[in-house]
Amino acid sequence: MNPELVQRLSELLREVTGYIYPNEVEIHWSILIVVYPYLTGLVAGAFILASLVQVFNVEEVQPTYRLALLTALAFLLIAPLPLQFHLAHPERSYEIFLTPQLGSAMAMFGFVYLWYLMAVLLLEMWFEYRRDLIVWSQAANSPIKWLYKALSLFSSDVSERALAFDRKAIKVITVIGIPSAFILHGYVGFIFGSVKANPWWSSVLIPIVFLMSAIVSGIALVIFLYMVITPLKGKIMDMKCLDKITSYLFYAVIVDFTLEALDFIHRLYESEESIKILSRLVTDKLFISLLVMQVLLGMVVPLAIMVAVKSLKFDAELRKLLYFTSVILIQLGIFATRWNVVIGGQLFSKSFRGLTTYKMEVAGLEGLVTAVIFLILPFLVLAILLKLLPAWETAGGEQDTPA
Amino acid sequence: MLGVPLSAPAREDVTEIMDRRNFLKNAVVFISAAGLFRRFLGNAEASPTNGPYNPAKHLYGMGIDIDKCIGCGLCVEACKTENNVPKEPFFCRTWVERYVIKKDGTVAVESIEAQKGKPKSRPEDGDIVRSFFVPKLCNQCENPPCVQVCPVGATFRTEDGVVLVDSKRCIGCRYCIQACPYGARYLHPETRTADKCTFCYHRVVKGLLPACVEVCPTQARIFGDLKSMASRLVRFTRINKLHVLKPHLNTEPKVYYADLDGEVR
Amino acid sequence: MASPPKIPEQIKRLSVVIAVIVAGVVALRYFILPSSLFDTRFHRESTVQREVAKNIAFAGAMICGNCHVDQAAKKASGYHKTLSCEGCHGAAQTHIENPSAKPATPKGRELCVSCHTYDASRPTGFPQVNPVLHNPVKACVTCHNPHDPVPLETPRECSACHAQIANIKTVSPHALIGCASCHSVPVKHKITPRSVRPTKPDTREFCGKCHGKDSGRTDAPKIDLATHGERFLCWECHYPHRPERM
Repeated sequence: MNPELVQRLSELLREVTGYIYPNEVEIHWSILIVVYPYLTGLVAGAFILASLVQVFNVEEVQPTYRLALLTALAFLLIAPLPLQFHLAHPERSYEIFLTPQLGSAMAMFGFVYLWYLMAVLLLEMWFEYRRDLIVWSQAANSPIKWLYKALSLFSSDVSERALAFDRKAIKVITVIGIPSAFILHGYVGFIFGSVKANPWWSSVLIPIVFLMSAIVSGIALVIFLYMVITPLKGKIMDMKCLDKITSYLFYAVIVDFTLEALDFIHRLYESEESIKILSRLVTDKLFISLLVMQVLLGMVVPLAIMVAVKSLKFDAELRKLLYFTSVILIQLGIFATRWNVVIGGQLFSKSFRGLTTYKMEVAGLEGLVTAVIFLILPFLVLAILLKLLPAWETAGGEQDTPA
Repeated sequence: MLGVPLSAPAREDVTEIMDRRNFLKNAVVFISAAGLFRRFLGNAEASPTNGPYNPAKHLYGMGIDIDKCIGCGLCVEACKTENNVPKEPFFCRTWVERYVIKKDGTVAVESIEAQKGKPKSRPEDGDIVRSFFVPKLCNQCENPPCVQVCPVGATFRTEDGVVLVDSKRCIGCRYCIQACPYGARYLHPETRTADKCTFCYHRVVKGLLPACVEVCPTQARIFGDLKSMASRLVRFTRINKLHVLKPHLNTEPKVYYADLDGEVR
Repeated sequence: MASPPKIPEQIKRLSVVIAVIVAGVVALRYFILPSSLFDTRFHRESTVQREVAKNIAFAGAMICGNCHVDQAAKKASGYHKTLSCEGCHGAAQTHIENPSAKPATPKGRELCVSCHTYDASRPTGFPQVNPVLHNPVKACVTCHNPHDPVPLETPRECSACHAQIANIKTVSPHALIGCASCHSVPVKHKITPRSVRPTKPDTREFCGKCHGKDSGRTDAPKIDLATHGERFLCWECHYPHRPERM
């Protein structure tokens, strides 16, 4: 056997407390499996925010509409990569399309992903950008000209009727898209929630909690991007827009917090057999990541900030600072949530008698560096997308963001 | 309900003798019906050879008599030899746990390894109330959660009740390892696919015993065919009160423990 | 005159794209890729075949007796009758195929003590020794034929098989009471232990011989048999191998 592997496992074995089954020394789902739900959560959350504009006609949020769509796409494109890097045989991953075992939630990944990418996101973006693509292709030089033409599928109709059709189509797609986004991220929650062998995961609430945290993180991300990109482009932020989105963020965080608190209270109250080892898990292994990062910094502090903003009158500059701080804390908190679910669920033994550790590699295919790269890559993709398909300048030079 | 699938008991009161014509008639009907039925099974479990071995006629299980296990670890070592499992203690298709229950209620558990050449005896402790060994292995569940979650269908249950892994198709996602409540699965470091106890399927279809059963010095492990009228396992299920691990999860395991202590997880 | 409703250009364009994708998928599935790729049953059958073709390492105790008749006969009625040949001699399938490749015949102490070293978790009645005290250095096979490991002489002490009980008793108030004082042991129990068991005292008066108010012994705590513990036998509450100190 590979001596390096033996060395690593021996070190892990020394850090085990209590009794674990022999095969449980090393945890199997690493940080990449933490990154994946985090990324798809951002996709679902950004899309839900975008759909607020279309389906619920929330005008104030309009300036972030295209940004949200592009964000969703950028993160969706990168999302399968951590999974591929995690598989022991990524060269066989196509089998999920050939012989999906329909009882498995994970088998749904390929189909749900493709459906969401093609039939929801790309379709909606096409209808949204179609007119601009036509106009830009007329103004641009080749080769960009041909790129725009191809992206618009060589369409040329910019009549009022066609544009009205576009807007209607977007509404329809969004209505389909919202449940699709729920499924895209909800099935990830179901992957964990349906594992009866693991009491930390096995819960009816997990898919719902995942979804709510996704919405929270998605909205927070769009706020973050809007607050970073707008000054970079030399423009002024629309405070009405920001205030409105942060409102939605506030409600989402309240719902998320309530659900997680409910899960917690329910566990303590029912006090099933696993409560002893799970308590040890939280106090010994997950103290920082759960109590400090997920709950305190990730939810309580942002909630307090947002309550303060809502009840006291702060000026725009202070509000911007507080919003920015909150969304960063929230992102850290949601990442910590994913960590606590994925890694936390593997740190205790199914014998309920022991705990193991997770020694994250720094380099290596499933190491910290790889994870950070996967977290940064979507922003690079987004930058490219923003260059190609600007989010605020529509064709004709008008700016969509009011001063 | 343990749901031990036993065949119908022999009826000593049947005295009717079937004449040859009736027998042949019934046989023809039965065989063709069975053939049709097997075709309709469709995507069902496969048969190992097209020859005389018929998996539908067998259902394998194992019995473990806790009071007989001496914790020598020969089974662990034999399994590793037979099945190309790495010798290091981090990968086990089967292992043995030692439980020490003290007067104050504390329970200490450890895995023992093969004791050959380096026997470790436990210091005497007057506070011990109960202490015993529990062999563990894949329970070859009838309702296996690992099969349910495999995204590509690489792990499956054969008709004769053994859960196998197709190491040529396993993509190594490790969902099955997460789903197994018993910790029976591991990722083999060389093939990088999921691996686990197969009841030595390559041995049992040829009429041999699994390696662990073969070398057990006290016959603490009893292997047999639940569908057979006369098998050591069926007798085991008759004379012992049976337990399975984690019955509340309804995995319908086929490893039956006699005299299993309530502290065993 | 109303003009006939035109299909919007977007729908036309998208239909082309969708048609191309669907055609591609259908072509791949039904024409280009071999159908065995999609066939679960085929995969499972080939898995089973691969599994069955795997190498066998252990030959099985039944086969050894075909050639090694004497050893098999000797083992068949002794204490090691349930211990398979390959448990001590190791995997021997290669020996079946090539008889000149002989399996190991372990003659040292390590193998025997791996089962017979005293361990408190081993079931009571299993013969165990303290390897440090029991003829140290000497090879076990000097006195015990591994195929019929009858001890040189019938064990005099019950602790040979009931070491855990003996160890517990040694530090108890009953340390100086011999096993036979309370248990009557048929001679046959030392030869075929499971065929006949020793007895346990079945009256309260038995323990009362020392612990009753009227007993002559001064070193045993006294109780009034008429009232203490009423209708139960003494050992239903008190563990006689290690009774509590008063």
